[in-house]
Amino acid sequence: MDNESIDRIIDAHQCEASSLIQVLLDIQSEHHWLPREALDRVSQRLQVPLTRIQHIATFYKAFSLVPKGRHEIHICMGTACHVRGASRILDMVEDMTGIKAGETDVDMKFSLETVNCLGCCALGPVMEIDGKTHGKMAPAKTADVLKNYE
Amino acid sequence: MTRIDSPAELEKLRESILSIRDPNKPCITLCSGSACHASASREVAASIEEELARLGLSAEVDLRKTGCHGFCERGPIIVIHPEKICYFQIKPEDVPEIISRTIKDKEVIERLLYTDPATNEKIIHESEIPFYKHQERIVFGSNGAIDPKSIDDYLAIGGYSALAKVLFRMSAGQVLEEVKKSGLRGRGGGGFPTGRKWEESRNAPGEIKYVIVNADEGDPGAYMDRSLLEGNPHSILEGLSIGAYAIGSNEGYIYVRQEYPLAVDNVMTAIRKAEEYGFLGKNILGSGFDFTVKVHRGAGAFVCGESSALMTALEGRAGEPRPKYIHTAVKGLWDRPSVLNNVETWANVPLIINKGAEWFAGFGTGKSKGTKIFSLVGKINHTGLVEVPMGTTLKDIVYKIGGGIPGGKKFKAVQTGGPSGGCIPEELLDLQVGFDELTGAGSMMGSGGMIIMDEDTCMVDVARYFLEFLTDESCGKCVPCREGIRQMLKILTNLTRGKGKEGDIELLERLSEVAGSAALCALGRSAPNPFLSTLKYFRDEYEAHIRQKRCPALCCKELIAYHIDPDKCRACMNCLRKCPSEAISGGKDLIHVIDQDKCTKCGTCFEVCPARFGAVGKISGEPVPSPIPEEARIIVRKSKQK
Repeated sequence: MDNESIDRIIDAHQCEASSLIQVLLDIQSEHHWLPREALDRVSQRLQVPLTRIQHIATFYKAFSLVPKGRHEIHICMGTACHVRGASRILDMVEDMTGIKAGETDVDMKFSLETVNCLGCCALGPVMEIDGKTHGKMAPAKTADVLKNYE
Repeated sequence: MTRIDSPAELEKLRESILSIRDPNKPCITLCSGSACHASASREVAASIEEELARLGLSAEVDLRKTGCHGFCERGPIIVIHPEKICYFQIKPEDVPEIISRTIKDKEVIERLLYTDPATNEKIIHESEIPFYKHQERIVFGSNGAIDPKSIDDYLAIGGYSALAKVLFRMSAGQVLEEVKKSGLRGRGGGGFPTGRKWEESRNAPGEIKYVIVNADEGDPGAYMDRSLLEGNPHSILEGLSIGAYAIGSNEGYIYVRQEYPLAVDNVMTAIRKAEEYGFLGKNILGSGFDFTVKVHRGAGAFVCGESSALMTALEGRAGEPRPKYIHTAVKGLWDRPSVLNNVETWANVPLIINKGAEWFAGFGTGKSKGTKIFSLVGKINHTGLVEVPMGTTLKDIVYKIGGGIPGGKKFKAVQTGGPSGGCIPEELLDLQVGFDELTGAGSMMGSGGMIIMDEDTCMVDVARYFLEFLTDESCGKCVPCREGIRQMLKILTNLTRGKGKEGDIELLERLSEVAGSAALCALGRSAPNPFLSTLKYFRDEYEAHIRQKRCPALCCKELIAYHIDPDKCRACMNCLRKCPSEAISGGKDLIHVIDQDKCTKCGTCFEVCPARFGAVGKISGEPVPSPIPEEARIIVRKSKQK
């Protein structure tokens, strides 16, 4: 990520230190992770120490300090999905991709995350891949869904 | 658009909006909330637009993309006005037929109507469907009528009249009195009286004060705040402005989770529109009152739903709570008096102002007034958002509105209040919902999640699930929460894995006591609730896990085994083909057997075994029967004997 696009984001938030989280969110959404150089730039421009930025980047769930795979899998672990068997879906996806929640595979194909509630409880258990919702999942169905992603 | 500078101009604008709206003009309203988007409502919208254009009807038929209608189980939902014909689970391919038959020929399409499962009767109107019939949708009802991106839609249903009323006909003190008199209590968790909170801030010293919307809805299984913010953002802005006027604040914030992109988008649009019209900004409606609102996207931390943590996050720091010897109403954001209320609480305010405190207090019980929106989810037939008067019984919500438990299963418990709440068993189903009633039963109102559990749900696993959630979300600032909850999770995990031992329950109780009294914030103090309430009502399940290493609900993976009943298996090959770990042996005419050493207990065989055979079963607490001898496995089929 180049300094120019980082500066554009910082300027959109009037370069205010109190907007630090908003700035990081914008970088995350554009770049899918927070590279060290980007954090250095933010620290320098907003006059916020890097330690505080690291604190925030590790405290909030939205941020990633490592690059993400081509496809981001989110498995909903909300209560409604849980009682409908979400953990079995997670086990199955972990088995099939060979990665655990929070990891990215070596080919950078999939990143797997669990989320607390996607709010589509009627469709539970829910798996979301690159923003597309796959509802009423069953372990047997996960293989069919995953093979559509390259 | 020119600014509105007086209440008279507002009424004139409202009249002009209404005058160009023909109530008899065909209008299709389509639910476009996040839940319906997940079931392809965008595609349905595109196909309606396309079809109308193709037939040259775009000018004669309106399409309104509204917020959530609540009946998510049957989404996407469309209602065709003026007849109010209601169709469910619409797919893009249904659209041409709807337009040619219902819009043009005024015919009702039977197959898209709701069928009452009890009577098999087809129902045409939303208001007659049992799911809606037993609700009282005073806050949530407008969602289905307006396009959240259109301020004119909101004005057409009387929007911003409450704001005009307080600015010109009420003093700040009168507004405060009205809210106090209504008995409105916070809808986000604790149920603190809203009027008292406002009064505390109003009386607190300081020139600058803040009002904040808490839209950091974090309880898993609760999404009513998102639906309100997405579907009717102006009602929240109006409520917030009234609150600001009452306490003497000129700056407001909306703290909304970034996981709710549509809510963020709609509320930003609403703010921009409100500023254009002069409902926000300087000298609102010519009254001299200034008020601006900013949106802050939360970056994902459950603890930020707690007031002091949320305010710390607003300041651009890691959201950790602080002890609240001094309320945030007195010293909150940047140490200034700050009123934080939940989305639903703010949405109630314009109604109280317009219709009066007495009208509002007419709903509800002694100490819980008004209505409450619940998200009714889990093992329930009608998943969705339901708004009922306080005092409605749980039984009515689960059975009359929710339509009972799917698959003929038996109801076991309802979990309310999110991770801070608890599970309420069947014997308490006659309990009336209200703040004090739910707390008395060992649970709490919380933000209104209501997760229904059936006989297949293990209560020990539910407690483990919530403690896992809380361990993950603990901010780590205080020891009782950071370490205590972690230890509780460890013990509960052991229990669900068959490693429980005598004394575990007592140890969990002691840990609960410490966390319950010594944690820094309400989230930590209430963290033991899921364990305590399940122990109170389902102690036998805990004991079965410890003493017999048995999961009575046949749910905990480590405590169960899958087994194919040789008498029932018809060797159909279904499970054998689908088993991902190739743990099933057998053949076309050979009864299938699961190799217990290879089985990963994913449950696929259990799901794919045809219901008419029902050969795959779960066993817990007893050994798996040994496989039958090879020769007995051969099935001789009648058709082949001939």
